[in-house]
Amino acid sequence: MASDGSVKVKIPTVFRRFTGNEAEIDLAPGTIGQLIDQLDERYPGFKGQIMNDEGELHRFVNVYVNDEDARYLEKLETQANEGDRVALLPSVAGG
Amino acid sequence: MKYKSILDLIGHTPLVEVRSLSPADNVRMWVKLEGQNPTGSVKDRIALALIEDGEATGALTKDKTILEPTSGNTGIAIAMVAKLKGYRFTAVMPDNASHERVSLLHAYGADIIYSPGAEGTNGSVAMATELAKDKGYYMPFQYGNEANVRAHYEGTGPEILEDLPDVKAFVAGLGTGGTLTGVGRRLKEHDPNIKVFAAEPELGELVYGLRSLEDGYIPPIFDPTVLDGKVKVKARESIVWTKALMQKEGIFAGISAGATIWVAQRVAERLAKDGGGDVVCLLPDGGWKYLSTEAWTQELDVAEEQVEDVLWW
Ligand SMILES: Cc1ncc(COP(=O)(O)O)c(C=O)c1O
Repeated sequence: MASDGSVKVKIPTVFRRFTGNEAEIDLAPGTIGQLIDQLDERYPGFKGQIMNDEGELHRFVNVYVNDEDARYLEKLETQANEGDRVALLPSVAGG
Repeated sequence: MKYKSILDLIGHTPLVEVRSLSPADNVRMWVKLEGQNPTGSVKDRIALALIEDGEATGALTKDKTILEPTSGNTGIAIAMVAKLKGYRFTAVMPDNASHERVSLLHAYGADIIYSPGAEGTNGSVAMATELAKDKGYYMPFQYGNEANVRAHYEGTGPEILEDLPDVKAFVAGLGTGGTLTGVGRRLKEHDPNIKVFAAEPELGELVYGLRSLEDGYIPPIFDPTVLDGKVKVKARESIVWTKALMQKEGIFAGISAGATIWVAQRVAERLAKDGGGDVVCLLPDGGWKYLSTEAWTQELDVAEEQVEDVLWW
């Protein structure tokens, strides 16, 4: 696990055009909501890409903390601590 | 044992303990071997249910060709049932499905229309939906047809409860959501405290790469309220645990089985602190259709690349 005090956030290819092609971004620990705010500060408009006007995650976007879907944890209140891995991914179906 | 038709062999799959894969003494892990179904996957259950539902409602008649978007298993299962019941069948499938899936579909006499592999199954859904506007087709549509859920609610779920009435947790892969919604609902009606967890594949960059968010897809039949958690699993972890199933327990299962085992172990660790009990893992198919990925024989790095190149879900 990283010990530089940061949370690693993985950005999928579809969103990299909003992050200057950055695939992994180090942010300060916080809730998922706070992490998204940090991303939006760094890359203005980012939030609007993954959230709807009500401030909820777009239904086709999944956010994972250490591989667990935050929708089934505390949603945007889910805490990501130092060394945790956060990933944003679009939903896909199988079958 | 005598049977009148291969269709009578669908379901009633065995539940086998995998002692060496349990992370705790007070947790017993069991796997339900869906690879034992006639075409080798859990999808035989829903193929029969979908086609019989179409017949019952009158929407499916002998002059129609069945059309279905699939990553493979559902297609193979429908191909078999359609053949026995005398329907033509066309599968719409991503062009990066494994060779074995393509060969099996051809063997059962199905036609295949390919959708771009980079769009994954979502691309097949979009293409089939467009094609199905042609009235010569009947599309059962596993992603939106309650018969998918019902096959698990009336079949898979009760089978588990019959074998393990005190089951504490259930883990399965999430594709259409049929397995998790149907089994999850049935188990929670039996005991609301039973935990239900989904294993979700983290596909290669290629699959996520070329699509936009508008191409995202959530199957209408999937009911997220039955889930207590959802965990994503990489190809690499799935391969490791698919191999462990074979090497430690002699069970030859498909790659998504490994993903399910990986998640079941996380669930088992939590259950161990909470009094322990039985965990059931549903293994959707056998390993046959994935032999060409060399997942069992190659070094992990090579196997990982080869699995990421094909659709393994
Ligand atoms: C190999 C494999 N694993 C898991 C699944 C998930 O099953 P379900 O569609 O019931 O969610 C599927 C089908 O989608 C599959 O083919």
